[in-house]
Amino acid sequence: MKVLCGIGGSDDSLRALERTVDRAAVAGDELTVAVVENPNSEVAVEEVTKRAEEAIADAGIDAEVRHLEGDPGSRLVDVAEREGFDEIVLGGGQTSPMGKITIGPIAEFVLLNSMTSVTLVR
Amino acid sequence: MNDRRYPETAAERFEPPPIAFTDREDREVEIRAYDGAEGTEEALVAMYTAFDPSDRAQGIPPGGETRIRTWLEAILTDDCLNVVAWCDDEVAGHATLVPDDDAYELAIFVHQTYQEAGIGTRLIRGLLGHGQAEGVEKVWLTVERWNRAAVSLYEKIGFETSNAESFELEMALRLNESADEE
Repeated sequence: MKVLCGIGGSDDSLRALERTVDRAAVAGDELTVAVVENPNSEVAVEEVTKRAEEAIADAGIDAEVRHLEGDPGSRLVDVAEREGFDEIVLGGGQTSPMGKITIGPIAEFVLLNSMTSVTLVR
Repeated sequence: MNDRRYPETAAERFEPPPIAFTDREDREVEIRAYDGAEGTEEALVAMYTAFDPSDRAQGIPPGGETRIRTWLEAILTDDCLNVVAWCDDEVAGHATLVPDDDAYELAIFVHQTYQEAGIGTRLIRGLLGHGQAEGVEKVWLTVERWNRAAVSLYEKIGFETSNAESFELEMALRLNESADEE
């Protein structure tokens, strides 16, 4: 399966990265990791890129890490559709102290606008 | 990082628990603060195990007894404030304030058997009375925007919308004036 994993550096996106890389190693997915500019993330794009490259190297798979500039949600949807991806994978939201799950604006945009199937990792 | 907006003035004074009343279905209900008394946690587990999954909000209460117990253990600690609505030995509802930096996150659940009988309003007022007595200054919550009944209840109590840009509506209330206020 051709998988596009979008990450911006939030905790849930890094969890999604780990799980997607692990799955790709087992299932043989053709994986592309798209590093987006999440304004709510405190981790710099360079650091996120490094984390992605390390995770890929650790899993011993071949995957591309790409930087998507501009609005994260619309760029992910656009790339997935134009390049024929089968699935977009994103972090499944932040958990509040209470345990409530909140979905960020990037995931919301992708869910509502993508014609490609979307997986949110919990 | 946390730029949540709170109302400028503090909310009215809320009566702290214990609060006894008769609900609209003629049931005797008492709201009491959680003090770790034996049996309370089990009674809460029983309510949440029987809770209708269609009334879950943003993943809570979680499904299944194991997850319910883990979740309750995390919010029945000494740094959280909990109040319980009792009908005899049965839990009709539960509301909680969980600390988050300089504020508290609020959640409230009323079991389906006891909904639409005026218990939720008394329960949330009892929780806020408990919070006021304990010196809590700021409270926030999230609510699904389609849940008009909940949103208007929160508005009636004094909550104001603090963030309308996400999936869920975020609302905030000032419970006590801050100690460092000029």
